[in-house]
Amino acid sequence: MIKSTSIASVLALALAALLVAPPALAAGGKVHLEPANLEQDNAASLRRGARNFMNYCSGCHSAKYVRFNTIGKALDLSEEQLIDNLMFNAEKTFETIQAAMPAADAAVWYGKAPPDLSLMARAKGADYVYNFLKGFYIAEGSPTGVDNTVLPGTSMPHVLWELQGYQAAVFETHEDKDGSVTKTFADFEQLSAGSMDAEDYDDFVRDTVNFLAYIAEPIRSDRRKLGVWVLMFLIFFYILAAQLKKAIWKDVK
Amino acid sequence: MSRIEAEVGKPQGGLIKWIDDRFPMTSTLKYHVTEYYASKNFNWWFVFGVLAMVVLVIQLLTGIFLTMNYKPAAAEAFASVEYIMRDVEWGWLIRYMHSTGASFFFIVVYLHMFRAMLYGSYKKPRELIWLIGMMIFFVLMAEGFAGYLLPWGQMSYWGAQVIISLFGAIPVVGDALVEIIRGDYSISDITLNRFFALHVIVLPLALIGLIFVHIVALHEVGSNNPDGIDIKKHKDESGKPLDGVAFHPYHTSKDLVGIIVFLMIFSAVVFFAPDMGGMFLEHANFEPANLTATPEHIAPVWYYTPYYAILRAVPDKLWGFILFAMAVVLPVFLPWLDRCRVRSIRYRGWMYKTALTTFVITFVMLGWLGLQAATPTYVMLARVFSVLYFAFFLLMPFYTAMDKTKPEPDRVIYHD
Repeated sequence: MIKSTSIASVLALALAALLVAPPALAAGGKVHLEPANLEQDNAASLRRGARNFMNYCSGCHSAKYVRFNTIGKALDLSEEQLIDNLMFNAEKTFETIQAAMPAADAAVWYGKAPPDLSLMARAKGADYVYNFLKGFYIAEGSPTGVDNTVLPGTSMPHVLWELQGYQAAVFETHEDKDGSVTKTFADFEQLSAGSMDAEDYDDFVRDTVNFLAYIAEPIRSDRRKLGVWVLMFLIFFYILAAQLKKAIWKDVK
Repeated sequence: MSRIEAEVGKPQGGLIKWIDDRFPMTSTLKYHVTEYYASKNFNWWFVFGVLAMVVLVIQLLTGIFLTMNYKPAAAEAFASVEYIMRDVEWGWLIRYMHSTGASFFFIVVYLHMFRAMLYGSYKKPRELIWLIGMMIFFVLMAEGFAGYLLPWGQMSYWGAQVIISLFGAIPVVGDALVEIIRGDYSISDITLNRFFALHVIVLPLALIGLIFVHIVALHEVGSNNPDGIDIKKHKDESGKPLDGVAFHPYHTSKDLVGIIVFLMIFSAVVFFAPDMGGMFLEHANFEPANLTATPEHIAPVWYYTPYYAILRAVPDKLWGFILFAMAVVLPVFLPWLDRCRVRSIRYRGWMYKTALTTFVITFVMLGWLGLQAATPTYVMLARVFSVLYFAFFLLMPFYTAMDKTKPEPDRVIYHD
């Protein structure tokens, strides 16, 4: 009895270990990612993020699964507020977010059409997007003049340069015994100032990523709220069922 | 017929009698439910069969509502899943229940199978129940695999690409077989359509039929118990086993408690961690299938990875496939590989206990390794565990025959 229970607990532990094992697809490869530390239910942050997204991202990127009225409901914005502040190229609030730039032209101009951002934060992770937006640095020979530490060779220009200014990346080079040289990113060095200081820019990016994480799964905060009620109901149901079982089994000797 | 005619004009004895004269309702209910006696000393390992039924019902019901909104076409599938997640009322809940249900189906079935190994449930006279159960497991693997292609994400596409191409390793017929499975020269709209047909019609029908037979076979010979002894040896005057209690209301009331605990865990995942850190819903599957961009790292969903690790551990493609297939099929032979006189682990010796513990660790480690990138260290580890996996089955006739057993009790051990 005791022995089989111990095997049972080994199995339970092993299963638990399997379930919490690090995800197979840690996005971003070997690059170290700073945590984005999002405040997921901070409505003010999400509203600023929506503003940032529509002003700086939606010119080139669509979010074709995301409807304005869904955003309005979640961020507590009226129809007028949506139309006046967020809907630059849409008439009705049930429309989805479409990029201003035609995708076919973008593919010619940049070599690749900018990806849809509806699910980007879920596919790559919020930390990835956060580090990507902070990872642009001056790179000679690049058609856009910049490269990115998180996604080397990206065809995206540094859209937020006005805010962040330009920075250079400092790389450490290691030479192996066989003579092969590997470059690893060490730090950034600010070259020119933008309109924001480092802290404000960090907040700007964090708000934007927060909004991207929200549109990747608009139901997120609702499902958590509902989940609490579901679990409370199940606990109540459990108490009843346990009493019922006890009553029915009381004559079993 | 004559029995019914003879009673025309006489008091009929109510609706139940009316049905019973035409259909074996009461007798079937008695046989399978109210007078089906199973041991009173079941522990919680015996709840997983019922839980598998619960998950099946969850999958069938949520599946029906998903098909009402899902579009099985390469151009529309991904967008229709997002439509379900965002625009369909409660669509997100239905979809998360279905995706979480898939993983929980395997968790529950793996634990159900492990219960059989703990208490020798596959041994005589329950060999056929085990064989049917293994067939259910194979169909379930196919069902999960077909279903995983449907969202048409990157991992759907490339995971299917990797697994389907495995069949290409079979000599002579391999390439033709791969073409037949895909219905095309690559995974395409046609593949998606036929996988949809398999996922929503063929395989669920097979699953339901097999589960029905599984239960009929079980009720013919009776359920095993944690002591692995026959409760029908001691019966009262009316023929009821002394250590048995009726499935209803005894086991149903007990199972209800287990079902609620299960639903708590299930709901915790559905509402608070539906992607389970990329284990239940892989991150790369939130990108639509892209035929021109291979993801950095392709791994099947966690429930196939123990076998996938064995496949990758073999340097040769054909032998990899053979060992992969063998690893899946070998448990079928457990009833004949196990030469032990007693069923339950309670009365088995140290050899089987050690072997089973090692096997559990092996299976979990292979599952973990199958999720990782195939670095030389991990491949080496996978080889070690692959050997252990096969050793558990192939050496079983020897260690189970040599193992010293303890005397079994005459009656089941029951603590109030």
